[in-house]
Amino acid sequence: MTEQQSVIVIGGGHNGLVCASYLARAGRKVLVLESAAQPGGAAVTREFAPGYSVSAVAHLLHLLDPGVERELGLARHGLAYAKTGLRTVALSPDNPPLILNDGEIEGGEVSAADRLGLRAHTARMRKFARVIARQHGRIPPRLDFKSWSDALPAAAVALDIRLLGRRDMREFLRVATMNIFDVLEEQFENPLLKGALALDGVLGTRLGPRSGNSVYAALYRQSGSVNGRPGALALPRGGMGAVTTALSAAARGVGAELRVGARVDEIIVSNGRATGVRLQSGEVLSADMVVSNADPKTTLLGLLGARHLEAEFARSVHHVRATGTAAKLHLALSAVPRFRGLTADQHGERLVIAPDLEYIERAFNPAKYGEYSPHPVMEITLPTLHDVSLAPPGRHVLSAVIQYAPHDLKGGWAEGKQRFQALVMDLLEQYAPGIGALVQHSELLTPADIEQQFGIAGGHWHHGELALDQFMMLRPVAGAAQYATPVAGLYLCGAGCHPGGGVMGSAGRNAARVILGGR
Amino acid sequence: MLARDHFHHAVCETPFHPRTAALNQLNLWHRWRDHTVADAYFDVGMEYNAIRNSCAVFDLSPMTKHLITGPDSLAFMNRLVTRDVAKIKPQRVGYSVWCDDAGQVIDDGTIFHLREGVYRLCSQERQLDWLHTSALGFDVRIVEETNEVAGLAVQGPTSCAVLKAMGLTGVETLTPFGLRDYPFAGGVLAVSRTGYTGDLGYELWIEPERALALWDALFAAGHHHGIRAIGTMALEMSRVEAGFIQAGVDFLPADRAIRADRTRSPFELDLGRLVDFSKPIFTGRRALLEEQERGSRFRLVRLDVEGNKPAKDAYVYDQQRRNIGVVTSSMWSPAAKASIALASVKMPWGAPGEQLLAEIYYQKELKWNRFMAKCRVVDGAFFDPPRRRQTPAADR
Repeated sequence: MTEQQSVIVIGGGHNGLVCASYLARAGRKVLVLESAAQPGGAAVTREFAPGYSVSAVAHLLHLLDPGVERELGLARHGLAYAKTGLRTVALSPDNPPLILNDGEIEGGEVSAADRLGLRAHTARMRKFARVIARQHGRIPPRLDFKSWSDALPAAAVALDIRLLGRRDMREFLRVATMNIFDVLEEQFENPLLKGALALDGVLGTRLGPRSGNSVYAALYRQSGSVNGRPGALALPRGGMGAVTTALSAAARGVGAELRVGARVDEIIVSNGRATGVRLQSGEVLSADMVVSNADPKTTLLGLLGARHLEAEFARSVHHVRATGTAAKLHLALSAVPRFRGLTADQHGERLVIAPDLEYIERAFNPAKYGEYSPHPVMEITLPTLHDVSLAPPGRHVLSAVIQYAPHDLKGGWAEGKQRFQALVMDLLEQYAPGIGALVQHSELLTPADIEQQFGIAGGHWHHGELALDQFMMLRPVAGAAQYATPVAGLYLCGAGCHPGGGVMGSAGRNAARVILGGR
Repeated sequence: MLARDHFHHAVCETPFHPRTAALNQLNLWHRWRDHTVADAYFDVGMEYNAIRNSCAVFDLSPMTKHLITGPDSLAFMNRLVTRDVAKIKPQRVGYSVWCDDAGQVIDDGTIFHLREGVYRLCSQERQLDWLHTSALGFDVRIVEETNEVAGLAVQGPTSCAVLKAMGLTGVETLTPFGLRDYPFAGGVLAVSRTGYTGDLGYELWIEPERALALWDALFAAGHHHGIRAIGTMALEMSRVEAGFIQAGVDFLPADRAIRADRTRSPFELDLGRLVDFSKPIFTGRRALLEEQERGSRFRLVRLDVEGNKPAKDAYVYDQQRRNIGVVTSSMWSPAAKASIALASVKMPWGAPGEQLLAEIYYQKELKWNRFMAKCRVVDGAFFDPPRRRQTPAADR
């Protein structure tokens, strides 16, 4: 190549920054366009009240691609952890909580069978999750197998499954397409334990424990590692924004240019080729190629437009399931709240309200019909117990994922938001009496807010449901699962592509590999 | 949505039914898209002769029609079909095909550019679902109007004279694929110089309420020009002679195929001229570009078959007796004085002039005979009279 190839990356989320870094490192002239005032997309730490900051969407790091972390030198660029290896505390309205720590149960009234069962279950799920994890760095095959480079990854998946051994392979194939409700019912007695384990299969998805794909979603969630420890949960120092701050530094360090406050309105196509973008300001920027970190629907049907795509392909993108059901609650607190049954030091763990399987399923039911849960499930963290930088001295922040709050709420969120928030506070009050009195400020992000503030169609964290029919060579759809779109010069690099969402970076890394001509 | 009661009826009648029923001495009918239409009225041979020697009238009201309007109608049409619709000016008609993403033909049909930005798509198959699928991202309105527009094909060497006699002044100046509106009985009669016979001919489009008045005016004017109602059997003869293909007969609509090798691309139907790669996008473009580079799998050929036995459903062989394809349409052509056939053969067979064999079975007094008929691949239509294109058209 005699001339330096120029690339525009739409969206400075973690995958956009990862992709930009690899491309810039390989000598491409890269410009990242981020609509917000800071890069990071949905992986940002935002001040939601004066002096109080919080991870705006994802609040626990557990999937970050170790290759990305190492190759881009994120530690060198400032990424550190305030806490790793968070335990899960399953809260109960009536009974003492259970504390789950890497397959072991601390406290609680749990039978010996359940204790042994959890150890075995955790080991097995970890083993199965490794099969999923091995796919993260692979470029998915094309469905019509146009070359050996398509057959190999497909054969590799089969081999990974076979290498589980005969017994585990059979078990993997049996449970992979089951729902988590049935799998847990087979193995455990304790309702609180089952509830906490089931939550991993539905968090951030539009699934209930009885939905197909909930086992896959649980495996996906456990397919990462922190500091080499599989399935671990971590709080980055400074919140999730620390990851993208480090990524931004890495990207700038290798020569990528980052422009914030630059909202892309349109991908410009000329003669069937993406040649640049038009910003909301009207400014036109040209490049040899355009890489989009935005979700597939926003990219292909919004910024590009279906008219530049063939009809069946456009229809399949239109039908990608990407309806968010997870809301995010942020509370600025004058003191540490007191959750019933917890010791002071246990408050810094991951607290979950999912007291039994049926509770979660009932919480999910209304979401199917465009209503929010009257009794939602929650994943709660108090990050300020590990990271004082997020709040004024002595003050605290509560960050909670709340399900189910469907994007397509009947009557709209403008109507429903106040009522939903009141209901959530009532529920919190049951588990942490007096919490309401501590609240100085609050912010509730519904999927509609997440869609609007972060530009994610449907407000779905994963840019598309985590499901086997939207997995690997089917993610986001066949025909765009290898990061290249049917429009020459236009690529996808976001969570809507393989392997999927979570603050991970693998999609961005894989996309860069494809763009640079490798596989 | 109009309130309709069509579902109460197993089969619908066309607006011309009172006239066609009265003429149908054979009482031969079949269903075409839920409408009852005549196979033949009195004698197929005489009806065929009306197409080639005088004036034939065919009721084509059941033809599927969609009206496409809206600011994006041209962009929509151009993304839908393979040819460049921008070249079809207002009051012109264009023939085209449309494909799925794999570049396989869903259907063929005619695009009537009624007024600036207003298109009517006429097709053999129902297309509403596909049109709506294709409309994603376009500001267009698509209305199925099959039952809102009655149609008659008026075909044959005296067809222009009949229309003139009926009062359609200047119709002889209409060029092939031209379209013109005439006032008629207080309404509008649209006349297009189009047809499915490969002869001089027109198609007349009118509101259903004026259908019978049109029929009566036409037959009154045509009395001295040998006018005759014809059924689908005679029409079928003329379309094979003209070398035209039919959906479901000469190709399987791609949306109905289950097996991947049963569909055909435009190139494989000898319609490569309708594929305009200078358009940056149309459905099937990528696959068709790839096909152009890689080569097609099949070829549609027109065969001049030895003897007088129609090569119905015959297997086609090469000189080494390798089975290379199958006949899709066949007949004895009175105009070409030959047994003719359309066939789909595997590539690379079927180049013009190539000698092939068709395996013909025929029965004589209850005894089956088999005959390996020599065939020659011919280039172009079997029957293509100059009057088909001549403008002004012969009007006497």
